[in-house]
Amino acid sequence: MISLVINGARRSLDLPEDFPLLWALRDILGLMGTKFGCGIAQCGACTVHVDGVAVRACITEVGSVAGSRITTIEAIADTPIGTALQSAWLELDVVQCGYCQAGQIMSAGALLAENPAPDDASIDAAMAGNICRCATYQRIRAAIKLASRQPQADRRHQ
Amino acid sequence: MTTVSRRLFLQIGAGATGALVVGFGWSDTAAADARPMLLGNYVSIGIDGTVTVRAPNPEIGQGVKTSLPMLIAEELDVDWDRVRVEMAPNDPQRFGQQDAGGSMSIHRNYTALRRVGAAARWMLVDAAARQLNASHGEFSTAHGRVHHSSGRSFDYGELAVAASLLRPPDPKSLVLKDPAKFSIIGTSRRGVDSARIVRGEPLFGIDMTIPDMAYAVYVKAPVFGARLLRCELAAARAERGIIDVFTLKGQGDRHGLQDGIAIIASSWWYAQAARAKLEPLWDTAIGVGHDSTRYRDKAHSLLAKPGTMLEEKGDVEAALAQAAQRLTADYEVPFLAHAPLEPQNCTARVKGDSVEIWAPTQTPEEGRQLVARTLGVAPDSVVVHMRRAGGGFGRRLENDYMAEAASIARHAGVPIKLVWSREDDFAHDFYRTASYHRLRAGLDKRGRISAFAAHGVTFAHGSEVAQAAGIEGNGFESSVVPASRLEQSLIPTIVPTGYLRAPVSNGLAFVRECFWDELALAANMDPVAFRLAALSNVGGSGGSFDAARMRAVLEAVALRSNWARPRLAKGQGMGVACYFSHSGYFAEVARVRVDADGHWQVLNVWVAGDIGSQIVNPLAARAQVEGAVMDGIGSMHAEITVVNGAAIQTNFDAFPLLRMPEAPVVDVEFVMSAAAPTGLGEPALPPVLPAVANAIHAACGARVRQLPLTAARIQAARRG
Ligand code: FES
Ligand code: FES
Repeated sequence: MISLVINGARRSLDLPEDFPLLWALRDILGLMGTKFGCGIAQCGACTVHVDGVAVRACITEVGSVAGSRITTIEAIADTPIGTALQSAWLELDVVQCGYCQAGQIMSAGALLAENPAPDDASIDAAMAGNICRCATYQRIRAAIKLASRQPQADRRHQ
Repeated sequence: MTTVSRRLFLQIGAGATGALVVGFGWSDTAAADARPMLLGNYVSIGIDGTVTVRAPNPEIGQGVKTSLPMLIAEELDVDWDRVRVEMAPNDPQRFGQQDAGGSMSIHRNYTALRRVGAAARWMLVDAAARQLNASHGEFSTAHGRVHHSSGRSFDYGELAVAASLLRPPDPKSLVLKDPAKFSIIGTSRRGVDSARIVRGEPLFGIDMTIPDMAYAVYVKAPVFGARLLRCELAAARAERGIIDVFTLKGQGDRHGLQDGIAIIASSWWYAQAARAKLEPLWDTAIGVGHDSTRYRDKAHSLLAKPGTMLEEKGDVEAALAQAAQRLTADYEVPFLAHAPLEPQNCTARVKGDSVEIWAPTQTPEEGRQLVARTLGVAPDSVVVHMRRAGGGFGRRLENDYMAEAASIARHAGVPIKLVWSREDDFAHDFYRTASYHRLRAGLDKRGRISAFAAHGVTFAHGSEVAQAAGIEGNGFESSVVPASRLEQSLIPTIVPTGYLRAPVSNGLAFVRECFWDELALAANMDPVAFRLAALSNVGGSGGSFDAARMRAVLEAVALRSNWARPRLAKGQGMGVACYFSHSGYFAEVARVRVDADGHWQVLNVWVAGDIGSQIVNPLAARAQVEGAVMDGIGSMHAEITVVNGAAIQTNFDAFPLLRMPEAPVVDVEFVMSAAAPTGLGEPALPPVLPAVANAIHAACGARVRQLPLTAARIQAARRG
């Protein structure tokens, strides 16, 4: 039995230690917001927070996070940063297909928790692990700035 | 009330609010200009006034679940925030062609769906007119209410029941709104599912769950089309979480079921992990000799000989002989994968002859027919539910995963969710074709293009051009050059090919528009001025190509990007290209920086596009352009290499996609024209590749004629 604290609730799971957190969330707990994209920590679709830090659930073994606080997209609205990101995402109509966006919001949430007013270089660094195949990057950048109450312009190449 | 060709559809049921919901409908099979259009399927109005509009086509991120219902709501005269949108079932009898491909959704539906809204509105007015014993002319509608000149008014909900019992109007009698009066079409509306997506709600195909469902993987051949000889299954069966392991025989259809081994488990991860315990023996002889390098060698020998003539205008050889200057260049583009971020997946339940499928697909009806053929059941016993797709890019025009899921579910005797690994997706794509090109052109004494000859080598399956692999003209050269021709040669392949966003154009635009840049420079002319000069030469008809529309977008993008007086730092350059595809005219300018080591970064892209007289949803339309431009730039870094009949790239580490730090700033301007509105998923993509390659040349003098456009190729070209 592995005991996990997911979105504030303690869950006991009959899984081997090396079972990936991603599939525990999706197949065992029915939390489908965390997405599968590559399985090798290349796309960021599976990003969750473990004790506030963005990690890739596809390569995180449940045994390694027993006892840690795990937050998924389903509970991101419980924090002011989470709601600010969600409303910025809607305000700027970031979503195209939407498949990557849970992971994008989780990565952005971890960034803002650490750096409340990230500049373009910090956004690049924090978001480089999240692929958006629809390439909504321009709006993601602007939405992170909107959520952190900064001017939205991309100033990298001026 | 009914006639032979026209049936009223009255649907009554409980709505989400518990209110009575009444549908409006007619089917007008006699109307030659309109497909059967049943309003009852599109519009329901509750007696409490709730308005539900059904979105007919698959949503893959192109925004049609929002834009198509906007067309209906506009003519219905109802406020957008009162409209609930839901996905229609797959039923072409009732909803027409329900697919997502070719940038056709707006093209096909712009007028048809406005008529649906106008007809429902007409019936509501008719109900009010009967109640007050007045004529239609005395009524107006606004904000979901019918107003009579006397001052009396009715909410649509009050009229819903009466209206649904009326005879529907003749669609041709309906007068559609003057675009100047639009209050929904042409306004920016956010995606109808976005709020649910940012909360992580389970909308996608891969999020589907049904009772008693097990999880499946399907292990296919490591070489395209290879057959399974045998496989030991016992070791995999003994793994934890495994419910069943079995083999399935393919049906000889590369678009359907192929040989493989199904693993059924209580979690997808258990099934995936058990793959390592299989020791399948495949007959891979079919792949021998199918290599990217051999294809290239073969292509070059074919380019030395005449190909099959596809288009010919004037005497090209004579024009070339008379030219003051002649240019020849060889270009090449590689195979590419689609790699939508949501891996292929499908949930299937088979009970006797009845089959239920949930899938993210761009072509649900083709999927239904494929499943019926694969299982040998009647199409009527197969239901396909469209789920939101995590990207399509053309990959989900194919339904191979549906044939697999249905076959696996039937054999396993339990409902299953089949999910491909990313490695499965890279290994079993329908790739954008590679192609190899020789271009020749002549310039006259004044630097005008006088002759153009293009020969492209692409691939064949059997004696037929492989799917989406044909060389094509787009009307540009054949319109603007006095003598031109287009030839094609074919190499037999086993590589499955298919439609990737802006198919054909996504490769050919790079080839042709880079060559146009070479011609402009050879003519000692500015690349924008050179193209404008050629475009003003057009006499007579260029078929579907309209030179004036292309001139307008070129002029617009030159202004917008400050082309004449650019601000460029050291190592930076600007490039331009234009391309006509999917009925859209696009001209784009890229500003890039090339570093001393050959690495390059696109800083800005300016886009001017003409897709007709109306942009339905500007916020989403700009998103499509931003995405298409970045998609095109990302593709310049990637390739699928074929070795012994297999793709060697297996995941995103070897097939890089564009990431945040590489994303340029994209500026979008729509140039309005008188043409009927057309689609936007694709036509903004093709010109960005040559615009970027031309900018790289401007920045550092390296003319790279082969994709991917790597730093190594830039350095090699710099050395000359
Ligand atoms: S699925 Fe975990 S990073 Fe891609
Ligand atoms: S919105 Fe489609 S992958 Fe990001």
